[in-house]
Amino acid sequence: MAQDSASRILTTAVFATGALFAVGFLLPNWMLFTATKAVGYGLVALGIVVLMRSGLVSFGQGLVYCIGAYTSGLVASRAGITDVFVLLIIGGAASTLVGLVVAPLIARYRSIFFAMLTLALSMVLYGVLVKQNWIGGSDGFNVPSPTFLGWAPELWAADMALYGVAVLVAAIAATLCRFYFQSMPGLVAQAVRENELRVEYLGTSVFRITVRNFVIAAGLGGIGGTLNGLTLGHVDPLFSFWTTSGEFVFISILAGHVSVVAVFFASFALELVRSFSNRYFPDTWQFMLGAFLLAVILFLPNGLGSLWDEIRKRFGRDTKAKPGSTAPVSDAPGKLAERKEPAE
Amino acid sequence: MRKHGNTTGSFKALLFGGAAILALAGPAAAADTFKIGVVTFLSGQAAESFGVPAWNGGKLLIEKLNAGEVPAPYDTVGFGGMQIEAIEIDEAGGATKQVQEFRNLVQREEVDAVVGYVSSGDCLAVSPVADELKALTILYDCGTPRVFEDGSYEYVFRTAAHATMDNVAMARYLAASGADVKTIAGINQDYAWGHDSWRDFKAAMAQTFPESGVAAELFPAFGAGQYGTEISALMREGADVIHSSLWGGDLQAMILQSSPRGMFQRSQVVLSAADHVMPPLGKNMPEGAIIGARGAYGLLSEDTPLNRWWMETYQAEYNVIPVQAPYRMAQAILGLKTAIEKAMAENGGTKPTTDQIRAALRGLEWESPGGTISMALADGHQAIQPTAIGRTTRDENGNVVISDIVRFKAECVNPPAGQKSVEWINAGFPGAVCE
Amino acid sequence: METVLSILVDGTIYASWLFIVALGLTLIFGVLRILNIAHGGLYAIGAYAAATAVALFNGFGLPAPFSLLAMLIAALAVAIVIAPLLERGLLRLFYGRDEVLILLVTYAVFLMLEDVQKMIWGVNPYFVFEPRQLFGNVEFAGLFYVGYDLMLIVLAVVCGLAVWFGLNRTRTGKIVSAVIHSSEVSAAMGVNVARVYLLAFFVGVFLAALAGAFTSPLISVQPGISVSVIILSFAVVIIGGLGSIPGAAIGALIVGIARAAAIYELPEAEIFIVYLVMAVVLIFRPEGLFQRVQARKV
Repeated sequence: MAQDSASRILTTAVFATGALFAVGFLLPNWMLFTATKAVGYGLVALGIVVLMRSGLVSFGQGLVYCIGAYTSGLVASRAGITDVFVLLIIGGAASTLVGLVVAPLIARYRSIFFAMLTLALSMVLYGVLVKQNWIGGSDGFNVPSPTFLGWAPELWAADMALYGVAVLVAAIAATLCRFYFQSMPGLVAQAVRENELRVEYLGTSVFRITVRNFVIAAGLGGIGGTLNGLTLGHVDPLFSFWTTSGEFVFISILAGHVSVVAVFFASFALELVRSFSNRYFPDTWQFMLGAFLLAVILFLPNGLGSLWDEIRKRFGRDTKAKPGSTAPVSDAPGKLAERKEPAE
Repeated sequence: MRKHGNTTGSFKALLFGGAAILALAGPAAAADTFKIGVVTFLSGQAAESFGVPAWNGGKLLIEKLNAGEVPAPYDTVGFGGMQIEAIEIDEAGGATKQVQEFRNLVQREEVDAVVGYVSSGDCLAVSPVADELKALTILYDCGTPRVFEDGSYEYVFRTAAHATMDNVAMARYLAASGADVKTIAGINQDYAWGHDSWRDFKAAMAQTFPESGVAAELFPAFGAGQYGTEISALMREGADVIHSSLWGGDLQAMILQSSPRGMFQRSQVVLSAADHVMPPLGKNMPEGAIIGARGAYGLLSEDTPLNRWWMETYQAEYNVIPVQAPYRMAQAILGLKTAIEKAMAENGGTKPTTDQIRAALRGLEWESPGGTISMALADGHQAIQPTAIGRTTRDENGNVVISDIVRFKAECVNPPAGQKSVEWINAGFPGAVCE
Repeated sequence: METVLSILVDGTIYASWLFIVALGLTLIFGVLRILNIAHGGLYAIGAYAAATAVALFNGFGLPAPFSLLAMLIAALAVAIVIAPLLERGLLRLFYGRDEVLILLVTYAVFLMLEDVQKMIWGVNPYFVFEPRQLFGNVEFAGLFYVGYDLMLIVLAVVCGLAVWFGLNRTRTGKIVSAVIHSSEVSAAMGVNVARVYLLAFFVGVFLAALAGAFTSPLISVQPGISVSVIILSFAVVIIGGLGSIPGAAIGALIVGIARAAAIYELPEAEIFIVYLVMAVVLIFRPEGLFQRVQARKV
């Protein structure tokens, strides 16, 4: 495991945030929006990456994504609280709470059963929301534009401000996850993936680790949901539908569990592929998307994050990386700015 | 440096000169195009019944407009001389995707207007974004009254009546036909469209048949495909009238499964949006069903010169009669054309700005194959239109056709400006004008 | 009383349809450990193929009963063409990878099949009218039922018994069971594991296509029919226990009858009831009703 010093991680995070924010001024509006949405998706996928490190994949993150989006959306539209930071905290907190309730129920399950049970729960939420005509039923409801500490910008400034918040949130989340991954509890969580009985014999509760990881994932999902609810200005029960959850899993697999930053690139890449295949192949965009998924799974088995590792190894810049199943966390947020270019 | 400045200067002069010549040349030069983004279902459940026929109609109409082959009053080329260029986008994928694609159309593809949306959820989601981006948007199909009853938008227009009209007209038709209705039952999809339709029908029936009561309310899942149990339950209740707003594949499946079991004989079945399943079902369409088309469209349309041209052209191209969706697409495009040309008449013939088109479209009236469309509601942003309801019957060749057609004026089945649909129905249709 | 009878009959017809779909799903999972989302797409292709085949048979002027044969042949043809392509050509590449990853692969295939259907058959609906008129109408509990719908119960029972018999009473079945238990040991004993996988996948695809084919007379075959099937059949196999054939049967019956009861007694809960049953079963029987408890690796 590549143990970067705390100061190095923080420096790169601050640098990357600044650089990405600066890049925002150069981006056309539609791409600003796409990037913001990609961050929302990426945050949820980051939650799955947290789970993946202990060997679990949730096929129902739509549940927490939707809870976050609906809670913050309702607070914004009904209570009139539109400050983006307050809403992010509310959305994240609501999903964390749901995570705390759900986690003990599902922490016993593994592999496909864990995936299916989370999927079932998200579909239960979908089924319930479709029935709620007081909040628009299947049509969902609109979320008012957010304000930024009392500032209510228009058009381009609003897009830019929300993008800035998204970058900030992404950087904080990625940094915290990075610290968590290389902390002792984070490393033990990774050992669960290899052999959970052994972890138990070493005196640690796998159950607690799973609950903790799921709650973290839930919080991230709620923040992602809130961000996307605000970005889109609309939430509906499809937020909790299984295809939405499937996209999150895809992003996390495209990213791989090696890097905390790769999720945001993976998510941005998916958005671009989706959008351009829609524009140029309106009749066969699903085919294109499916083919893209297959190609990624086939040719990038360990995700984008591992690709970066490969490059580093090949050019001999990273002496700490070792081959093996416990792949190193070697990607720091600092790489964001450098890798922005090819993603465009 | 100086020389460079000079070149720029002369280049600018050239540009201005060119612009002046263009302006002198009068109505927008042939080089001008008007770019629209068209969003409609090309895949998924709504492709067969709405999305694809609508775009088939739209494509054909645009082609004919660009060639100047549409009869008067639409015989000018394109939109006021500008060629129409369309970018099509699949509506499948949910509101999240649609908001993103809408932004891409406006900000990346820089379309002059967006015409689209069958799904009510998409209409609700896209409308605030349209206002935010100040992008002219025409909702051509979606049914929910909520768009303009729960919100108000400056840049969004809906060129078709909302779903309240269909169900009010249905209740009025039953009353006009002298039916004796004691009990009603409903089978509607479990999503907003189904619930709204049933709510409006139930409320309208409570007004037109105050004695009637509700026997059963069923809400099968959207896309369920299997209705055996629902049909048994409905037939066991044996209500006098069974209402359904099912559409597309779901409706076809429901008809196929219920018709041999005698549901259409046991109860009077009323289908609020069913015209589009008649061509595919052909002789398997049951007789005696009361049918709406969400407007005076297709088999329920009136024989006007414009409609005759439209039907013949569409049939010649696609070998099937146009059903409701292509009609609604056509009235959206013709409305846009009328507004653009009105704006051009006022601004001296240059390509109008979004704000000029918007001002022209507000409260506008125009002829369409489905009758006169008038943007009467929601401060001139929401259309009302005449509609018609009829009953299926078999002609001498054994083909299923529609007879006993009753036509309703737009003001008879749509709420007046400023009133919410449900409140209007529950108040007993105040202000309705029915001849 | 009549209502109860109706609930049972309607619920069983629905359960039969669900069972045939779920049977293929659970078989593929049992042998290959793949939860196949593309199953829904194969179901749809089965329905399309049946529509084409019946039209073809009618074109030959064959009498109506032959349309049943046409549907059967269509399902078989789908399996012959698609199963080797998908299993040998694609899924094989992912064996040994995470189960969830393969789930995602089948999701990608599902997306692609959606457009493949459109490329081949377009968006206009197809209908198969003839078979449904073959068995007449039956009056039961004060209602008319279409004979064909009741015949689906027979078909489901036949399919279930055939697969059960094939697995438990034939030599090939024993080999398949051995591979289910341990593919490595079987391979060491000289079993051609690849062939067993292909066989199981073939039968699974055939069952998906068969379900689509025999449902086609009840529906309008058009884009979008594959989506709702997947979630429902997933619910069935999860309730019954992934990989269990009796589990799929019981799961289908529970879902079918619970849903029918909801429609009669509590129509507002129709969509919800399926997920509710699934959640309750999972809370009390984490791995489904019929799933063996698996040992954890040390």
